[in-house]
Amino acid sequence: MLRWLLIALLFALPVRAEEVVLGLSQDEVAITTSFDGSEILIFGAVKRETPIPEGELGVIVTIAGPPEPITVRRKERRFGIWVNTDAVEIDGAPSFYAVATSSPLDDVLGVRDNLEHKVSVPSMLRGVETPNTVLDASAYVTALIRINTDAGAYQLLEDTVVVDEDTLFRTRIRLPAALTEGAYETRIFLTRDGQVVASYETAIDVRKVGLERWLFTLSRENPFWYGIMSLAIAIAAGWTASAAFSLLRN
Amino acid sequence: MQIYLPIAEVSVNAFLLLGLGGMVGILSGMFGVGGGFLMTPLLFFIGIPPAVAVATEANQIVASSFSGVLAHLRRKTVDLRMGTVLLIGGLIGAALGVLLFNYLKSLGQVDLLVRLCYVVFLGVIGALMFVESLNAIRKTAKGTAIPTRKKHGLIHKLPFKMRFRVSGLYISVIPPLLVGLSVGVLAAIMGVGGGFIMVPAMIYLLGMPTKVVVGTSLFQIIFVTAFTTMLHATTNYTVDVVLAVLLLVGGVIGAQIGTRIGVRMKAEQLRILLALMVLAVCGKLALDLLLMPSELYSVGAVEGH
Repeated sequence: MLRWLLIALLFALPVRAEEVVLGLSQDEVAITTSFDGSEILIFGAVKRETPIPEGELGVIVTIAGPPEPITVRRKERRFGIWVNTDAVEIDGAPSFYAVATSSPLDDVLGVRDNLEHKVSVPSMLRGVETPNTVLDASAYVTALIRINTDAGAYQLLEDTVVVDEDTLFRTRIRLPAALTEGAYETRIFLTRDGQVVASYETAIDVRKVGLERWLFTLSRENPFWYGIMSLAIAIAAGWTASAAFSLLRN
Repeated sequence: MQIYLPIAEVSVNAFLLLGLGGMVGILSGMFGVGGGFLMTPLLFFIGIPPAVAVATEANQIVASSFSGVLAHLRRKTVDLRMGTVLLIGGLIGAALGVLLFNYLKSLGQVDLLVRLCYVVFLGVIGALMFVESLNAIRKTAKGTAIPTRKKHGLIHKLPFKMRFRVSGLYISVIPPLLVGLSVGVLAAIMGVGGGFIMVPAMIYLLGMPTKVVVGTSLFQIIFVTAFTTMLHATTNYTVDVVLAVLLLVGGVIGAQIGTRIGVRMKAEQLRILLALMVLAVCGKLALDLLLMPSELYSVGAVEGH
């Protein structure tokens, strides 16, 4: 009886008709002193062992920076001046988020799948923790999206994924200069008629190297000596300038 | 040329920072103010996180004040004795100020208090200096000599008198100690060296000659800001040494130029310029509080991170 049930279940499972094979131009981003942002080429192919299925093919690529706890504050007018009144702490909002699609997002992805896979910016932030001390916490999340979108930290790049012959796809996503360190989660979704049929996840490692790495580590692990070093540099620079100027005068 | 700052985690134009440092350095050398009250808002404006801007600014002020004070020492326009007395008061005041700051932080709204402090102090000091120096200029224009101040008030009845040869004063140490103390408290709350409060206090409360005031103020600022830098570096990890170096290269050169400009100018002109600058910053801060901001929400780091 049990055996029959298992076999029946196996047949009920959908067969993976299509899969994503992915390549990245780089899976590491090194932040050096002259770091000025980085463009990542994401390319791949749709692997299938069956004929091309029916339905419109869509490809969606997302890159998300490491999540950080942040505070969103709201100003109100009190006694004639504008002051911060309420604040909401939001856990797990990424510092960077980009969505690239092969057609307008609403065409390639249905509402349900968008929510399930947390693809668009609003659905990605839907699940974040907000305290229930403030009545309209959603207004704060909306404000966060607006501010980050204006600053270029949240991007919706529609029609930027090129799909050839229903098989090959590629896109370029530019990481801004103001990057924080960490693993940048990269996801690729294949959709047919707005439904996700396959997905793939990987991470791009963003790391400070060289002098940047050394200074950052020193400031966290030996803050006292880091402070002394900063003061020594300051005093040496002040003295050098003064000595140089008095030489110039004589 | 873009440079990535390791602690601030943003990429900025190196030449912009050198220019800003130079500008503020000139003002620092001319007026004996650290320039923190100007530089910190400018750094916010170019996108440096506020916590990093405040801490790094302290480190940069050490450099430009040190450069400035050496130039003044050569001209013998630093009253080391007065500076030391002010500094003792200042360090006690700074410690009290930090305690007060943390208490207000636990009540919330410390941000607002800092802004209001700025508006009130900058406004009052700027207006007083402006009126006073305008009167002085008018009197010299008319040809009447400025009467030398010879106050024999309460200040001369206090005990513990000390001779301050460079300033030409023979007064009790209590007023300078109190001036240092109250400036220290304010400096800690407002996150600046306190030069823009110290300079007028020395001129109008202690009666020191303007030429000596600048060097003495710079001397005292070095120690207060060095203390602040260490505090920020060890507790908040917010001193960005790359940012500091870029600012101070411009700053130390600017301070040398500023000192030379300052020596050539008349004391009244110097004071009236400082007054105008203080009033301009005050006006900008007041407008920010009074006008409706275009974005009501702001995003920041979680407190204590």
